[in-house]
Amino acid sequence: MSRRLLLVAQGTAIGLVVLLFALLLWKLVADEGGSIASATDRGERPPAPEFTLERLDREGDLTLSSLRGKAVVLNFWASWCIPCKEEAPYLEEVWQANRDDGLVVVGLDAKDFRRDARAFAERFELTFPIVYDGPGSTLSSWGVQGFPETFVIDRRERVVESFLGAVNSDEDRARLRAAIERALEP
Amino acid sequence: MKRFAPTLVLTIALGLLVPVSVWAADPPSAADLEAELVCPVCETTLDQSNAPVAERMKVFIRERIAAGDTEQEIKDALVAEFGSGVLATPGKRGFGLLAWLIPLAAIAVGALAVGLLVRGWTRRGVPADDDPAPLDAGLERRLDEELARFDG
Repeated sequence: MSRRLLLVAQGTAIGLVVLLFALLLWKLVADEGGSIASATDRGERPPAPEFTLERLDREGDLTLSSLRGKAVVLNFWASWCIPCKEEAPYLEEVWQANRDDGLVVVGLDAKDFRRDARAFAERFELTFPIVYDGPGSTLSSWGVQGFPETFVIDRRERVVESFLGAVNSDEDRARLRAAIERALEP
Repeated sequence: MKRFAPTLVLTIALGLLVPVSVWAADPPSAADLEAELVCPVCETTLDQSNAPVAERMKVFIRERIAAGDTEQEIKDALVAEFGSGVLATPGKRGFGLLAWLIPLAAIAVGALAVGLLVRGWTRRGVPADDDPAPLDAGLERRLDEELARFDG
């Protein structure tokens, strides 16, 4: 009886260790992030992870797939992020210059207060759609590890280019323009 | 009557104070809240973090304390912004309840397993035969002498 009990206890202990190890592995893989950025660096066009988030610029939600057929510049930011402040006016310029061609700039504010995000949008006179993800639940699926990060999505919901950090240098801006052209191709 | 006047005044004063102390709850402490809430960026408690968002949350907590919010109201407001991950301890309802129950269940199962093992070991230690082994003749004789001396 006790021998059988000992075997059961040992089996349970081994099972628990295996389970914990699997959880650790899963956590490491899930947190690895950057997979979309790595894929676009290799010239691939991975599918854009879906989200539905509350809008801050108006009532209601915005679902990414509802923009299918348009090119999207998706910018992850937070009001407390200093490079985001430097980048915001340029993104507004991009939106104004390309909106008639079928481009939508979407600002995704994460890990932030709604009130601060709205004040930020007002301060920089941002007129493009802004969605809110306070808990940051979209960050892992997009592999976002810091702010700002920007992704360019084509008309078929595939990511064509990604930018880690602010799109501020001439080189980055040229790369963004080229990516928008690719994303706008039918 | 004059003798009892101070006692009467003291009794009335205490009687007035008791309801005040019962109803006037202390305002929440910013330090306590900062130890119970987590920075959503660095995932340490706010009192251990100087990340920009953590600093912003600390300002928010002080604003809400000054506005008269309770501890729970402040936590609820932060959960509404940043999600339940902002709480250093999981909630005691819904999915968060599992975080409290699982360790308790693990302790109970562990205690049961230890108890069963100890019982098994104890039983194995008792010889099956109740008859004691015969004593050495010399030892038996010495034991009898000791007992006789003890009785005498």
